[in-house]
Amino acid sequence: MNHTDGTLIDVLQFLFMGIQRGSIYAMVAMGFNMIYNATGIINFAQGEFVVLGGLMMVSLTMAFNLSIVFAFILTVLFVMVAGILMERLTINPVKEPTVLRLIIITIAVSIIIKGAAMCFWGKGSHYMRHFSSSESLDFYGATILPQTLWIFAILFFLVVAYVIFFNYTMTGKCMRACAINRDAARLAGINDRKMVMLSFALSAGIGAIAGIIITPIIQMDYTRGAMLGLKGFGAAVLGGLGNSMGAVFAGILLGILEALGAGYISSHYMDAIALVILLLVLFIRPSGIFGSSEAMRLKEF
Amino acid sequence: MKGKNSAGFLVLIISIILIPFLVTNDYYLGVLIFTAFNCLASIGLCLLMGYAGQISIGHGAFVAIGAYTSGILTAKFAWSPWIAMLCGVLLVIVIAFCLGIPALRLKGHYLAMATLGFASIVHIVAVAAVDLTGGPSGLVNIPRLDFFGYVLNSDKQYFYFSWSVVALGVYIAFNLINSRVGRGLQAIHGSEDAAASLGINITSYKVQVFILSAVFASVSGSLYAYYMNYIDPGPFDVSYSVLLVTMVAVGGLHNIWGALIGAIFLSLLPEFLSFLSDYLQLLGIEYQPDYDTLVYGGILLTIMLFLPEGIFVSLVNAIGFVKASMKKLAGKKFSGGSAGREQ
Repeated sequence: MNHTDGTLIDVLQFLFMGIQRGSIYAMVAMGFNMIYNATGIINFAQGEFVVLGGLMMVSLTMAFNLSIVFAFILTVLFVMVAGILMERLTINPVKEPTVLRLIIITIAVSIIIKGAAMCFWGKGSHYMRHFSSSESLDFYGATILPQTLWIFAILFFLVVAYVIFFNYTMTGKCMRACAINRDAARLAGINDRKMVMLSFALSAGIGAIAGIIITPIIQMDYTRGAMLGLKGFGAAVLGGLGNSMGAVFAGILLGILEALGAGYISSHYMDAIALVILLLVLFIRPSGIFGSSEAMRLKEF
Repeated sequence: MKGKNSAGFLVLIISIILIPFLVTNDYYLGVLIFTAFNCLASIGLCLLMGYAGQISIGHGAFVAIGAYTSGILTAKFAWSPWIAMLCGVLLVIVIAFCLGIPALRLKGHYLAMATLGFASIVHIVAVAAVDLTGGPSGLVNIPRLDFFGYVLNSDKQYFYFSWSVVALGVYIAFNLINSRVGRGLQAIHGSEDAAASLGINITSYKVQVFILSAVFASVSGSLYAYYMNYIDPGPFDVSYSVLLVTMVAVGGLHNIWGALIGAIFLSLLPEFLSFLSDYLQLLGIEYQPDYDTLVYGGILLTIMLFLPEGIFVSLVNAIGFVKASMKKLAGKKFSGGSAGREQ
């Protein structure tokens, strides 16, 4: 009896950890999708937005002692500006874009952000205080950090905001129109260039939020961007590239699989689990679990 | 090889022969040997990126597999270095085949991410499989290469050997480009649909080039292991794969010479920067090796934005432009002179 209880508690514990990690992957995946929908580009610097958000938040809260709410807003704005700068300076000026060239450009931006983060924040990992108490709570025998609850709540809030923005506001509808058919959207009088810029800003903003809320738990350092970006891309592909609600489910699923794998298979190979899933999805069903293969064929990539 | 390419090849051979007479400092000779490893991997990657139009951000993983297969078989099982290198090549062929067939059906971004994911997995395994790879503390006692008992002991000998392999790589690459496969690849690069309608088996060609480029990387890794006599996972992380892409892109995507020049340029850049930092210090600017990453990123971005053909082709074009305008100028002068005489 006791043994079963122990197993159940373990599973519950892994579930919490998985959903917590998965929420971050989901947010990174939403960021990928926003830029992908607007431009057809996969932004290889997406993970660096997360790092930038986390590190900026560390400086504002720990060095400048700003309140969490104020620092949160400032950080998101800062990273959004970085996203806009990236679009204006590196994506917008390219007159003859090819997939290869755009990929290398976003890789170059990711190298620059990573290098700059190393110069400004150093090579060490940074501690940041939790949003509220750092005492773990007891939940049916398993423990959960208040910060994890914050992460769940913020992901939920983001999803609601996302649905409202893209379904009920004019700007959101314009962005969707651009994603479906850019030429037609332009004919309808939508400024598609502005929408591309907006997609970079929003994508950077979501990345920043992911970085801000995970930093108290994982202690951010400048090297984390690549892995966060890869796993976020895994979530985006698993959910069907371009489909943000799919990405949220896929991100959480990926997080849970990763946590269960780390718990029951090997913690050394934890990071590899999500990547193996990414490769399997790419090879077996590149349209993702929620996407149809016909929708894939319509997308240009 | 014909025309300008064989002239270039001759220049390469002569430089290889002469350089050890000019560079006597062991440290710089070592740097040039590392440059050879990067050149070899870049030539392979250039075939894939420039001629097949596919991107791999995972070639560092093939270098790692070559290095580790060589290292493990020689250090732990006392196999001959040559057999171990061959085993590395065979292993990489199998892996590249398995990875290539599904991945090359995917296009653009998907292949980039698939290879990036693969590179991460290989790095994680190199760190975590302690029994096999020695984990983070690495693998020691890897022997030096020998030719029937004649061991390559000095840096000078290894320089000649590794650069001869590079020259051989260049030769193979040009032969491939001017073969049926090479022309087929160029057709694929132009338009996949048109190439397919001419009876070119697109997937098969791409997989072949992917495998060949992985073999180049694997040999580069084996040579690295035998030169260092020690390997650890550090140099084989994802950023090495990104660096290889950078070398090819900076030098010139569509040109083997470009890839070679890009690899040489970026391999020597840290030395140049540390040399430059002494002068910057005199000007009151504190330059630290930490800024290197920023410089790499800046160079890559600048090249991609303003010279997407890479340094080499842009340089060739610039020289052509200067020549043409010189001719024009000379012509004008001549006509101007004769007009003066008539007066």
